[in-house]
Amino acid sequence: MNTLNPTEAFETSITDIPPAQVKLATRNLDFFYGQTKALKSVSIPFARNKVTALIGPSGCGKSTLLRTLNRMYALYPGQKATGEILLDGQNILDRKVDVSQLRARVGMVFQKPTPFPMSIYENVAFGVRLYEPLSKPDMDNRVEEALRRAALWDEVKDKLKESGLGLSGGQQQRLCVARGVAVRPEVLLLDEPTSALDPISSARLEETVTQLKADHTIVIVTHNLGQAARVSDYTGFMFLGELIEFGPTGNLFTRPAVKRTSDYITGRFG
Amino acid sequence: MEHTLRAFDEELALLKAELSRLGGLAEAEVSDALASLITRDPRLAQQVVERDVKLDQLELQIEDRATRLMALRQPVAIDLRRAVAALKLSANLERCGDLAKNIAKRALIVSETEPMAPLMRPIERMGRLVLRRLRDALDAHSRDDLVLAQEVWSNDREVDEHYESLFRELLTYMMGDARTIAPCTHLLFVAKNLERIGDHATNIAEIVHYEITGEQLTARPKLETMEG
Repeated sequence: MNTLNPTEAFETSITDIPPAQVKLATRNLDFFYGQTKALKSVSIPFARNKVTALIGPSGCGKSTLLRTLNRMYALYPGQKATGEILLDGQNILDRKVDVSQLRARVGMVFQKPTPFPMSIYENVAFGVRLYEPLSKPDMDNRVEEALRRAALWDEVKDKLKESGLGLSGGQQQRLCVARGVAVRPEVLLLDEPTSALDPISSARLEETVTQLKADHTIVIVTHNLGQAARVSDYTGFMFLGELIEFGPTGNLFTRPAVKRTSDYITGRFG
Repeated sequence: MEHTLRAFDEELALLKAELSRLGGLAEAEVSDALASLITRDPRLAQQVVERDVKLDQLELQIEDRATRLMALRQPVAIDLRRAVAALKLSANLERCGDLAKNIAKRALIVSETEPMAPLMRPIERMGRLVLRRLRDALDAHSRDDLVLAQEVWSNDREVDEHYESLFRELLTYMMGDARTIAPCTHLLFVAKNLERIGDHATNIAEIVHYEITGEQLTARPKLETMEG
């Protein structure tokens, strides 16, 4: 029914973000798992201090895209990204870029909570130690700040010495968020962070994400369309390795420009 | 394309069917109200008045169904717009019913006064025009016809012009013969009600446009009138 030319509408919506507001962007990004091309010329901007959600059916490439953004894929052999990923204008695919420094700037939280088998305090301090030699009081402050940001402080402040594994699933996931934000990354990547959580824990994490965008640029991959609608400012819909549509979340969920997006978000396929 | 969850399609289809029924009832109310006035048929007018309760009930039923759909299915995009449109359409149609009832009540009174044949013709013309607009708007809805919706929307001056000229005509009659003041005042209200039904047809066209495209039609040019 929509008479908009899909490509045209897509181009228009992408340029809605002023260049100065773009913190991170991919340009003509291709990604290969061996012979398989998992991303096909993906160009997507991630706006500074905004939440961008990536949605799409399983296997569409959204998690792959997320993993390219801090070169997480480099851990595996046979995987290759070509094109550009610009972080503040610098191409992070450049060999000269120090991957561990990059990961301090672009943090990640995974689908399943992955606390280290150590105390709550150490879980948060661990990453910081890799990058910054902080004094004990400074580290205490940093741990508290990170736990507060992850909306976990009140629940754990009296048991910082206890194992992180003793926390509930939702708390563990927020602990991972605290660990992620403790190194003060500029960008935070969240890969289906609530898929293993109950609704209340999910809501808390969503609230945390909303708070965190004041200090970070956030990219979240989610299967939960309601979650994408609730927490994100921009949404990208991916299908078969391509970015099909990108735009402000409010527009994408009320009047998507591309039929395939509409079919997916309304539950007609996928 | 169908939803993966088929019950969702069934609920949307039911919503649409109920809206069509309400549309049909509203159209019949307006048409019969007008006929009862023109043919001086108090029995038909009475039926129009009594039938209005059906429209009220159906409106509530549609409201309830749309609300449940939003709560239970969390629709987005076209599905969300259909649910939102259903709420707005049903409210507009119910108002059309009320206005038709009002015309019928006046038809009851006017049927007891002296016939005023020359005045009935322009009323009838205006009534037919309004009825056609309502019918077109409803057709646009049931067929998802964007072109027809836009047509109804952009032609809304015609009714206003009819209303203007009727207003002047009735005024002339009343000035010429004081005995006609009472019936003419009733007819003036009938004309006003018809004009408002025309506005509801415009609203319906706007809603249909939004439902199909997700975009609002912007303010249309309005005829300057002395109406309140």
